Amino acid sequence: MSLGAPVRRQGPPGEGTVRDLARPGRAAWSFPDLDVEPSEIPEEHRRREPPGLPEVAERDLVRHYTRLSQMNYGVDTGIYPLGSCSMKYNPKLAEVAAAAPGFAGLHPLQPDRTAQGALEMLWRLEGALCEITGMARATLQPPAGASGELTGLLIMRAHHTELGNPRGTVLIPDSAHGTNPASTRLGGYRAVPVPSTSRGLVDVDKLAGLVNEDVAGLMLTNPNTLGLFEEDIARITAIVHDVGGLVYYDGANLNAIMGRSRPGDMGFDIVHINTHKTFATPHGGGGPGAGPVGVVEPLVPYLPVPRVERDPDGTFRMSEDAPRSIGRVHGFHGNFGVLVRAYAYVFFHGSDGLQEVSELAVLNANYLASAIVEDFPLAYPDSRPMHEFVATAARLERDAGVRAMDVAKRVIDLGFHPSTVYFPLVVEEAMMVEPTETESKETLDGFAAAMRQAAAEARSDPDLLHEAPVTTPVRRLDEARAARHLRLTWRDDRSGND
Amino acid sequence: MLAAVGVPSIDELFSQIPEGLRLERPLDLPRGVSEQEILADLAALAHRDRAGDDLVCFAGSGAYDHFVPSVVWALAGRSELYTSYTPYQPELSQGVLQALFEFQSMVCELTALDVSNASLYDGATALVEAVNMARAGGRSRVLVSGGVDPRYVETLRTYGRGSGYVPEMLEIRGGRSAPGSEIDPDVAAVVIQHPNVFGILEDVTAFGAPARAAGAMLIQVFDPTSLGILAPPGDLGADIAVAEGQPFGNRLNYGGPYLGMLAAKMEHVRKMPGRIVGETVDVDGRTGYVLTLQAREQHIRREKATSNICTNQTLMALAATVHMAWLGPGGLAELGRQCAAKASYALRALTGPAGVEAAFPGQPFFKEFAVRLPKPATEVRDALIDRGFLAGVPAPWVDDRTLIVGVTERRTKEEIDALAAAMGEVLAS
Repeated sequence: MSLGAPVRRQGPPGEGTVRDLARPGRAAWSFPDLDVEPSEIPEEHRRREPPGLPEVAERDLVRHYTRLSQMNYGVDTGIYPLGSCSMKYNPKLAEVAAAAPGFAGLHPLQPDRTAQGALEMLWRLEGALCEITGMARATLQPPAGASGELTGLLIMRAHHTELGNPRGTVLIPDSAHGTNPASTRLGGYRAVPVPSTSRGLVDVDKLAGLVNEDVAGLMLTNPNTLGLFEEDIARITAIVHDVGGLVYYDGANLNAIMGRSRPGDMGFDIVHINTHKTFATPHGGGGPGAGPVGVVEPLVPYLPVPRVERDPDGTFRMSEDAPRSIGRVHGFHGNFGVLVRAYAYVFFHGSDGLQEVSELAVLNANYLASAIVEDFPLAYPDSRPMHEFVATAARLERDAGVRAMDVAKRVIDLGFHPSTVYFPLVVEEAMMVEPTETESKETLDGFAAAMRQAAAEARSDPDLLHEAPVTTPVRRLDEARAARHLRLTWRDDRSGND
Repeated sequence: MLAAVGVPSIDELFSQIPEGLRLERPLDLPRGVSEQEILADLAALAHRDRAGDDLVCFAGSGAYDHFVPSVVWALAGRSELYTSYTPYQPELSQGVLQALFEFQSMVCELTALDVSNASLYDGATALVEAVNMARAGGRSRVLVSGGVDPRYVETLRTYGRGSGYVPEMLEIRGGRSAPGSEIDPDVAAVVIQHPNVFGILEDVTAFGAPARAAGAMLIQVFDPTSLGILAPPGDLGADIAVAEGQPFGNRLNYGGPYLGMLAAKMEHVRKMPGRIVGETVDVDGRTGYVLTLQAREQHIRREKATSNICTNQTLMALAATVHMAWLGPGGLAELGRQCAAKASYALRALTGPAGVEAAFPGQPFFKEFAVRLPKPATEVRDALIDRGFLAGVPAPWVDDRTLIVGVTERRTKEEIDALAAAMGEVLAS
């Protein structure tokens, strides 16, 4: 069996925080001698007590954060099959490209004529994203997927407001990611859930019963949050359009369909893309991402400002000239450094490569699903999964009292990052697995073997799973205690402060 | 692999896509290329920009050319951290979790406030989140000092359309916010930036007194590089403090990725947006870290969540953490002193014979200041680009002659003198 890449406990316990390494008078900083006369800060503005930052040498910093990194698992460590997160390998070439002084050293408020390369890069990336999704224009400003959602909802709101009534509700499938309803509220709408069928797809008849003149739109992923393609998507979008609503495409699962199908052709009006998922920009421990939003032609006037425009003479500029725009959704131009990496990925792969990405992503997911289906049946066995699948540990729970989380923790001891668990919320003991296209058959086989081993052990020795993990830097953590005795900084009392 | 799946071809795997919705042509993009070619393409684009390597940067206005120590990305770039995601499995994520706990701790040390989250997108959106926190109590109106960066106000205006408020601007006089006057009981928040958009030091305490008296929250936009020498938001009476964290560890990157900092008094912790890391123990009693208070967050509370944020700017926060620890209290104070001293010198060097005047003479400032030019500010700025300087950022919302100049510790006396000389030439021509 191919082994995973474990994150093991090592060295003596009690690394402590960087503050624990501090000694008075120690320092890492250096600055040139001040070459002008010092200035006087008025007495009433001065800080009285210096901030309690740690006093450490550079050597201490390096060893401390290197130790911390060794307590962490990344895609560079091994397979990271979190469903709905598209944790694919991040090509290193993107890092080299983004570090160029002409990108990394560029001030966001430089005049356009000194930023022509950056502007052209943004222009070309916008064009590529529109081609991939079937949209007319896009904004690259939203800094993450959830920000893209809210941008899309504000565009929806602006559209309906201009027609005389912003409307009051947005329809969202019951399986949707939590950001959808949260963004809906921030867009000024009430979220109304749309039930799924026993096949895990939108219940079209119920949807038809829910739409009315108060519905501003529908938010949907396709493949949906269960990893299944909404076969009736053309009818779904038509039902919403018939009452004047707009249909929003959550791009979380775009990785399944590149070059095979386009949201614009399915009838979607607004699309967001997660560059950190589909286009392999590194997830950075929880960000940064980027959430470009594309729209169909009639919605272009509402896109945020500033926008990149190309003049007839071929020069590029950041334009604020868009009176119907929803405005600015980020302090500057969004996560530009992330967009450079997305550009590198898109044009490195090209039309042929992007299609192959989606094909292999779907193949890998189906292969892995078939390798563990005996122990972890699909939650929706009547529908073929696309790039990810939702399996269930409900049977193990019933037979052996072992839950999805226990399986996940045992898989950690076997050297792998586990799948997403307990999401989507509508599936009992959900294990949502997305291997991505970048994993080899050998790795998939190794992960499947670990899952099967965990299932066998659940029946023979369930405590092994209940007690897992035992090899990691820490074992299961007391989350209830963390929330009850809040210790959110090193200044908080260790004994708890209910 | 196809045999194991039980399908004859890749096409079969896509058969659930209805025929009319299949893209029956290749995407209209160039075909894939080699690494060498894509790097050459991007290098050629980057080469067309004029950036830090050939323009001396005196632009600030929310993004600053501070020195990033070598150690920052040597550590933040560790790929176990760089290529991980949100720590859903804490046993495999202690590195990121502990670093974020340290980030939260250092942000609280800086601001003299009690709690911090694990980062937001940037300074402008952090202000939006702070306003949402303040409005969660049921009050609706939002008053904003005219000294707040106009881009932040524009961002507030955008999100206010969804949440149902319009930021109400308070007048400034002589470049400073007027002392607060009595405010209505339906005001949720009063926002001040200190140092303000002109770099000027505000009297936050006097400004915030009426807000406190009326039970509204005082939100301060701060500059983290100032807090080695300037009194922290917690001491000035701020309930919530937000900042653009870019100066710690992050290059200019044409505006992002940066990071939003948000700290608050403990009583507001359950209204805070985004991820928060807490310390706890494992089953063996070992200290460890987890995401906590998740009942605030969208994946649990859905439409009742305090915010929709999911992916944040953890990597940028990690870089900021290393940078803050590299500085320590001594380095942070020295950083502030150098910025302030060089900015003071630059104002003296630029004003005088050529007709350049301080826009707000006599006002104390930190690392930025506004000057009034005898010619249109964009014209002067553009002419100085040809001489190798990014001289500042015009402030068209004031008038067409005002330029905001930012000076970090990276600038030398020689560079400042050279800018002054070049500006003299440009204005004389």
